[in-house]
Amino acid sequence: MHQALAKRFRDALPTGPNHISMRLVERRDEALMVRNDVVQPPGTSENIGIIITVHEGGGQGYAATPDLSASGIATAISRARQWAKITAGISVIDTGTLAMDTPKGEWRSPVQTPWSEVPISERIDRLRQACAAAAIDERIINREASVMANDTRTLLLTSDGGEVYQHTQSVGPELSVVVHANGDTQRRSFGGGRGAVRQGGIEVLDQLGFDACPLRVAQEAIALLEAPNCPTGKMDLVLAPDQMMLQIHESIGHPIELDRILGDERNYAGTSFVTLDMFGHYQYGSELLNVSFAPDVTGQLASYGWDDDGTQAERVLLIEKGLLMRPLGGSISQKRGNIAGVANSRGCSWNRPTMDRMANLNVEAGNTPLDELLAGIEHGVFMQTNTSWSIDDSRNKFQFGCEIGREIVDGKLGKILKNPNYRGISANFWRNLATVGDPSTVGIFGTPFCGKGEPNQVISVGHASPVCHFSNIDVFGGAA
Amino acid sequence: MNPSQFEMLVPAILAALPQGMRFSLYGSGEESDFVRFNQGKVRQSGSVSQGEVSLSLIDGKRHASVDIGLSGVDSVDAKRITSAVTNLAQTVPLLPEDPHLLLPDTVVHTSQIDDTTAPDAILVTQAVCQATKGTDFVGIYAGGRQWRAFANDMGQRNWFESSSFLLDYSIVHSKDKAIKSSIGGTVWSDQALVQSIEEAKSQLTALNQPSRAIPPGSYRAYLTPAAVVEVLELMSYGGFSAESQQRKSSVLNRLVAGDAQLDARVTLTEDGGRGLGPKFSADGFVAPDQVVLVSKGQHANALTCPRTAVEFDIPHNGATPGENTQSLTMAGGDLPQAEALARLGAGVWVSNLWYLNHSDRNAARFTGMTRFATFWVEDGKLVAPLDVMRFDATLYDLFGKDLEALTQEVQLMPSASTYEARSTAFLEVPGALVKALPFTL
Repeated sequence: MHQALAKRFRDALPTGPNHISMRLVERRDEALMVRNDVVQPPGTSENIGIIITVHEGGGQGYAATPDLSASGIATAISRARQWAKITAGISVIDTGTLAMDTPKGEWRSPVQTPWSEVPISERIDRLRQACAAAAIDERIINREASVMANDTRTLLLTSDGGEVYQHTQSVGPELSVVVHANGDTQRRSFGGGRGAVRQGGIEVLDQLGFDACPLRVAQEAIALLEAPNCPTGKMDLVLAPDQMMLQIHESIGHPIELDRILGDERNYAGTSFVTLDMFGHYQYGSELLNVSFAPDVTGQLASYGWDDDGTQAERVLLIEKGLLMRPLGGSISQKRGNIAGVANSRGCSWNRPTMDRMANLNVEAGNTPLDELLAGIEHGVFMQTNTSWSIDDSRNKFQFGCEIGREIVDGKLGKILKNPNYRGISANFWRNLATVGDPSTVGIFGTPFCGKGEPNQVISVGHASPVCHFSNIDVFGGAA
Repeated sequence: MNPSQFEMLVPAILAALPQGMRFSLYGSGEESDFVRFNQGKVRQSGSVSQGEVSLSLIDGKRHASVDIGLSGVDSVDAKRITSAVTNLAQTVPLLPEDPHLLLPDTVVHTSQIDDTTAPDAILVTQAVCQATKGTDFVGIYAGGRQWRAFANDMGQRNWFESSSFLLDYSIVHSKDKAIKSSIGGTVWSDQALVQSIEEAKSQLTALNQPSRAIPPGSYRAYLTPAAVVEVLELMSYGGFSAESQQRKSSVLNRLVAGDAQLDARVTLTEDGGRGLGPKFSADGFVAPDQVVLVSKGQHANALTCPRTAVEFDIPHNGATPGENTQSLTMAGGDLPQAEALARLGAGVWVSNLWYLNHSDRNAARFTGMTRFATFWVEDGKLVAPLDVMRFDATLYDLFGKDLEALTQEVQLMPSASTYEARSTAFLEVPGALVKALPFTL
């Protein structure tokens, strides 16, 4: 099909425009869930379409259509050219000054056993067993075991001969337990918010230890019912990788997106406290903070070979020893901002244009083992698994909540705490990074639900991090 | 896609459907134009044509479904739907019986067709760039035709089709200070655009004063309708869902249990009868025109979809799967909008809130930020813009003991959401004067 489609695209190319691209996206999604031992209706979706992007006369335009015929492609090119014509001279950038890459190659996720090739009865049984294994107490009022799986094939063709094929597959399991007693409801999960999602096939469940998680999750949920509220005060805070994921995402990832810095998101996702003049010298965090744009991590959710504008993806340190070095900006934003960036211009599907996204954004490991990291803390809280997030327009003042906390007293983990929350200001928070865990503490997480853009787009991003320790943080619990 | 094109899929389904199996088909689609603006210029512009159907095959209590993208080419779509029937027919026997399945047992046809023609987005783009010259204008124009449809083996047919647009924008004063506004509807007017822009520009002058920082603490505050919408949207996210309430996961657990209440002036209604969106659900059920969710501060009803109804043995009210509000209205009060500033006297005028989320679900406690234009008020006058502030409050305080007044006027706020597709949802709410809004950071 791809060869025939490529021929139809090349046959339809007009001579006028500087640059035309066609991005085909063919995606298949499946959602399976077993709730309280009842198999929920499986949800499957299959969708295919193309988006044509035209740069002509300094303007730009796109047209997205599910009609892959020659006439469908020609109509889309024509509509995109109409947009390019009308926006010439009134666009934020003269697209005639852009030099788009001519990419060529193929890239595939590492997959041992594709999710779709496992019989549906086996897929469901895996979830049934997990759901049943969590039924350990009558105070448990809801148990859910689920998987979201995705299979996406993209073909990017450019008018100057570029052709890139990429095939990604991912699997994201989640198990959650809700407990209720005496008017209090608590929730504990494995992969909450679909955070435990990776590229690969059904083997992802084994990599993550999914089958073994139900008992622990259920026990922790029950313990939360009997736990005291998280204490309030300034104290040391230790974040597990499944909360660091959110912390990185909201207070590093979004603020250093170049399109936000250039103002594109001010009406919706927001602006940024980061400005163009900060790159190269702004102290974003303590010297222990190293943050990479890492599209090359095997199995991480947002690994890829090229972005959707055709720029080849390479690992780059964006924050080095605490210094802010580079933004998350693709080729078009780089030209607009006159600054080097990364290959992160992506569209969530064929029906949306590209813009700057995070891809894999990771905190690099330090060299402190977990027991040593904890040993240095006299009084603090260890928090795991995000449950609430809120941050201001400029990505500065934040407040995040977690599913579960553990008291830290004299260097040891103590009792479980419920409703743990903390708040701070991005510009100060990362400077309070006191200790970074070694590679043995690293967890690889991600989310398929990063939203931004007008029109709105939800896309997959990955975040890997070691356990991290912050000092002097404003921590608090729930209402009494 | 038009009704006859959608109808053409039905014979293809019936031709491939194994004997004894039933089917239902829900469809949605749009022909939309999107123009993204930044600094009064075009950042991206384009058109999106898309359609999708969700096909379900049912054999007794066993069933499976698949969402299929439509090409818009009849012959291609007929093949896709035939292939989908064949695949689902093989899958259904492999699945266990679903004890919570409930299908419509009566046929209810509906037809909502608005013949208005969508605005010419190219002309709109030129008009917007002209009207916003000299301003730091940023936002999105989204407009075009949308449709929703349902068909099943009992012969039920439902069709919704409308053209609409929304220009959702901000005019930025500096950094994070801006005036946010929107114009929307079915018929574009250059005059209405100019009026809206000029009004926003005139409000910009209020941001000219140096911004002021206030220490954390509780302050009297007025929340504009745009700010109230943010609170209600958070509350709506599972709060009114019967499933969430039954599973004790709703933020309104205490309200539902009668252990807490809101102010007696708070009445919330799911008002699907307005007809701004489809009256039928993807399951083929038709919801009543109105479902009162909170009446005079007390829990009244939940949004209950058929599946939840079977599981918990309660009646359903045709809610969509997910049981989220689509057309939530809040009754107005007795405070004339024009007197809101004077009644506030001294305190904080909150034009917009942002990024609300729960900080303690059991207590209906939530946090969020002020955004765009928040002002310090003295003697009933805007004195200075405030830097953004974080608040942390409970619903039972904000719309309970601390609620001083609701405005008489209510404002219709169409959803600007375009995730996957343009939304047809809306809220209609008053402004709210509160005795205390607790700022924490």
